[in-house]
Amino acid sequence: MATGSSEGTYPDDLRYHEEHDWARIEGDRATLGITWYAQDSLGEVVFFDPPEVGTAIQKDSSYAEVESVKAVSDVIAPLSGEIVEVNDALQDSPEKVNEDPYGEGWLVKVRLTSPEEAETLLGVEEYRKLLDN
Amino acid sequence: MSDAALRRTPLYEQHADLGAKLVPFAGWEMPVTYEGIREEHSAVRRHAGMFDVSHMGQVEVEGSGALAFLQRVLSNDVAKIAVGGAQYSCLCNEEGGVIDDLFAYRLGGDRYLVVTNAANHDADLEWLGRQSREFDAIVRDVADRYAMLAVQGPHARTVLEATLGIELPPRFHVSHPQIGRRPALACGTGYTGEDGVELLLDPEVAVPIWCELLEAGIVPCGLGARDTLRLEVCYPLHGNELSAERNPIEAGLGWCCKEETGFIGSEVVARARAEGTAEKLVAFEIEGQGIPREGNPVMQGDEQVGAVTSGTYAPSLELGAGMAYVRSDLAEVGTEVEIDVRGKRRPARIASKPLYAKRS
Repeated sequence: MATGSSEGTYPDDLRYHEEHDWARIEGDRATLGITWYAQDSLGEVVFFDPPEVGTAIQKDSSYAEVESVKAVSDVIAPLSGEIVEVNDALQDSPEKVNEDPYGEGWLVKVRLTSPEEAETLLGVEEYRKLLDN
Repeated sequence: MSDAALRRTPLYEQHADLGAKLVPFAGWEMPVTYEGIREEHSAVRRHAGMFDVSHMGQVEVEGSGALAFLQRVLSNDVAKIAVGGAQYSCLCNEEGGVIDDLFAYRLGGDRYLVVTNAANHDADLEWLGRQSREFDAIVRDVADRYAMLAVQGPHARTVLEATLGIELPPRFHVSHPQIGRRPALACGTGYTGEDGVELLLDPEVAVPIWCELLEAGIVPCGLGARDTLRLEVCYPLHGNELSAERNPIEAGLGWCCKEETGFIGSEVVARARAEGTAEKLVAFEIEGQGIPREGNPVMQGDEQVGAVTSGTYAPSLELGAGMAYVRSDLAEVGTEVEIDVRGKRRPARIASKPLYAKRS
């Protein structure tokens, strides 16, 4: 599993959104989170304000907020869907978003309403290229 | 302001080498954090941290009329400062608004030093220069003569004294040690709520001294931790809690205003003290979840009763907290309000100052 390191890690089984979010797609379900770059830019996450289960989220729109000591950041939905689960463990341990952004630091799980949107997301090589620019 | 125009302190390369996150602040490129705000915050609460505050300005006031002049422009009773003493004051305009808040140090009989906020340094200089004309006092911008290092925390003094081989002045005093074989000033002041000192160094020796202190285990801290530390102990920040539109009374700084000295703005301050003010600066804590931020409305029912001036996650309290101006009738400790954090109402309670108090 990828963990935070000084150079940043980007698993190749994920799809990426240019606003520094990732999606792990499994059938009509997806797990969403923020990338190593996003958590590193934000700094230590101290609060995750999740949407409620059942909320409809819209690709490219904000669905939640993560906050560090000094900053607030909107979390952008990489795909459209309905929230089926939120990572409740982050209420007590929001730092998981920094320590393990692709594992224990996942944010929400959604049932996809437009699975075809996945084709518009970036692969790992494209996402890395975006970060290099 | 473009990045090209940003000024750098003598320690800029050290910050960059340590991997600091550098941000523009008051026209300077300053470190906001090195390893994380929380870690740096707790290093200062528990051990010792150092902040490069070389962006702050220094103004020297000298002459037989120096005391009379400072008594006229500063809100506190400057005559009370003995040689080697330090005192906090507001610099007020004619309307009693706060141009800046600052420490004045008496370096010698007729010689004082005031330390200004970086963002206000030029305006302060202009104001002081103008007001000094009727006095036998010279106002000198000496900001370029000093690098400034705040070393703060329960172990700051012992580590500093051992490392630099000097004796430090007590709290609210200033001494003239040699540091790095150059004349320096050591001030028993700070902005963290912890014991510690602020060192004014010859810029030429700033790098070796920084490295020596780093070697001695003092943790480099950025402006991020400086802000969370000062907020927990409710020290006001000019530009947030203080401004030319607010007088010291509503900001809770009546204690450093001595109207009988006749300082500029004292009539307005006296009236505000006697009659009360429409709003007061309070500290508050969020009850439950949510982190307040500057500008968030303070609500009671459907009515906006104030606004947040500074808000943060408070690392030592482990909750969202801040300061706000609220209607004076709601300023009492214990009053329940709500903070509108980007559309979400977060229950909050007016709390006593300071929010964080040392448990010994």
